[in-house]
Amino acid sequence: MTGEELEPILRLEGLTLRYGALTAVDHVDLSIREGARHALIGPNGAGKSSLFSVVAGAVRATEGRVILGGKDISSLNESGRARVGLVRTFQHSSLFLGVSVLDNVRLAVERAHGRPKRPWPMPRTDRVITEKAMSHLGAVGLVDRCNALCGALSHGERRQLEVAMVLACDPRLVLFDEPTAGMSAAETQRFSELVESLPAEITTVVVEHDLDVVFRLADRVSVLAAGRLIADGSPDEVRADAAVKEAYLGKPRSAEPLFGGIS
Amino acid sequence: MMRSKAQPRPSAADRTGASASTGGGRRHLPRPVLVSRVALGLALLVLAALPLFLAPYPIGLAGRILAFALLVVSVDLLTGVTGMPTLGQVAYFGTGAYAAGLVGIHMDSSAVLQLLVGSAAAALLALLTGAVAVRTSGIVFLMVTLAIGELVHRFADSFAPVGASNGLAGIPPISILPGGEPLELAGFIYWWVLAVFLLGMAVATLVVKSPLGRSMRGVRDGEKRLHALGQQTYPVKLAAYTIAGGLAGAAGTAWVAQTRFFSPGDLGFDVAAFALLSVVLGGAGTLWGPVIGAFVVILVRDWLSAYVDGRGALMLGVLFVVAVYTLPRGIAGARWRKPLRRPRRTSP
Repeated sequence: MTGEELEPILRLEGLTLRYGALTAVDHVDLSIREGARHALIGPNGAGKSSLFSVVAGAVRATEGRVILGGKDISSLNESGRARVGLVRTFQHSSLFLGVSVLDNVRLAVERAHGRPKRPWPMPRTDRVITEKAMSHLGAVGLVDRCNALCGALSHGERRQLEVAMVLACDPRLVLFDEPTAGMSAAETQRFSELVESLPAEITTVVVEHDLDVVFRLADRVSVLAAGRLIADGSPDEVRADAAVKEAYLGKPRSAEPLFGGIS
Repeated sequence: MMRSKAQPRPSAADRTGASASTGGGRRHLPRPVLVSRVALGLALLVLAALPLFLAPYPIGLAGRILAFALLVVSVDLLTGVTGMPTLGQVAYFGTGAYAAGLVGIHMDSSAVLQLLVGSAAAALLALLTGAVAVRTSGIVFLMVTLAIGELVHRFADSFAPVGASNGLAGIPPISILPGGEPLELAGFIYWWVLAVFLLGMAVATLVVKSPLGRSMRGVRDGEKRLHALGQQTYPVKLAAYTIAGGLAGAAGTAWVAQTRFFSPGDLGFDVAAFALLSVVLGGAGTLWGPVIGAFVVILVRDWLSAYVDGRGALMLGVLFVVAVYTLPRGIAGARWRKPLRRPRRTSP
């Protein structure tokens, strides 16, 4: 990976989000290089989800800038950011449940490669879209479920489908919002393999509770506490960081399972 | 289970990919497709042959049912396909009918011209009003469309050039082409209405099968998700609204072609409610279900009511209650389909 000397794919500058008197995200500066497998962790209430929403464009930042590949995208909304390559997933699977699995992916492919508002069918063009969609389904191993109704998929399969849809958007950077929440151990394993198998040019940022997953997937970890970035470095550095230990351990009532299983 | 799917299976991909994309073209048709094609062919045959068997009054009733059914299909495009329950399609139905009537009185009796002008006028009004209406969703959208319907109703009720509350009368009989022979026989007019209906159904079917149709179902099932995929949903909803408005307008021209009279009562709230009822009864989201729903609703209201002392609306109420209990997914969702799991939607 030669991303070190290049312009970072994503740069956050003084990103701040306030809800009235509450500062959910407090002047976060962060650079993520192209191709990174980045993880964002922090104790409950640290502001992970808020930061995620601000970066994804679901919530407008109070202050600060979001820069994707050198281009300021702070003023774009969620769909605008998706069009320039910053694609998010949802914490609770959010799919089009009333249509087939294939149609879910076709919706994504259509947006990226086709004309999603063409009001008449064109068999030849539509076949190209279908083939692209099938190849994305193939990449996540859902080909044999392509005609199933999306609502009939299991939780893990829905996560796989999410990934296929994200891939279909031609992303430069993917934001995963707690992707393994509610997954069984086998599903988590499968999902981790899936994220690891993503092409290297796609940068991933994972917001995650499951620290096993974080230390398996991430080559760089940022730790958030009380809205501030308190550590940023390789997994080993973060694990050894005093401030991180304090954020997780220092509070007497903190019940988070810690790095025990790993280090 | 999960691990067995780890490797993509190219052979399976080819097979399912091909059948999904060609819809099973040249090769053997899957049985359900064959059955539904035969059923469709039989239905078309029966519809086309009706004038050969029926007396003028039942033929007029059948024609009105078809025109109403097209209005219902336009409601279904919004309610069932796009997930935007509406009570406002009567406004565009009325616009199409009045425009066709005015063309007939002041310009030309050509049904083709009336159809074009009526649909275009309705689509234009739908574009203008939809630009505001589709910014809302769910129950608010329902109320906004109700307001649009009532506004057009009130306007027609007091606007002298369309006859105000007396209605637009004296519309000459239609001819097919400009300067052609006027069609006087109920059977010929019925065939014209059938042609408009089939044309409208074809348009609706094409839209539903198109990328726009897919985006419309995307709006229904997860508008926020569509945003996250990078798609703006406002143009999708506005396009759907405009197309549905044009179809409702076409239905209006077909209606007025046979009644040759249109009054504000024909675009009242009860018509909007019956249209929505037909969609729910027939099965929202499919196109043929609501058509059958429209048949049932009009037959009960106009034909069965003659046998129960004119209490057609009461019969419809009873029918609706029974249908909600026995066919929760409408006629189209009954038995012969596996139950579908669907996220909760705002229901009317």
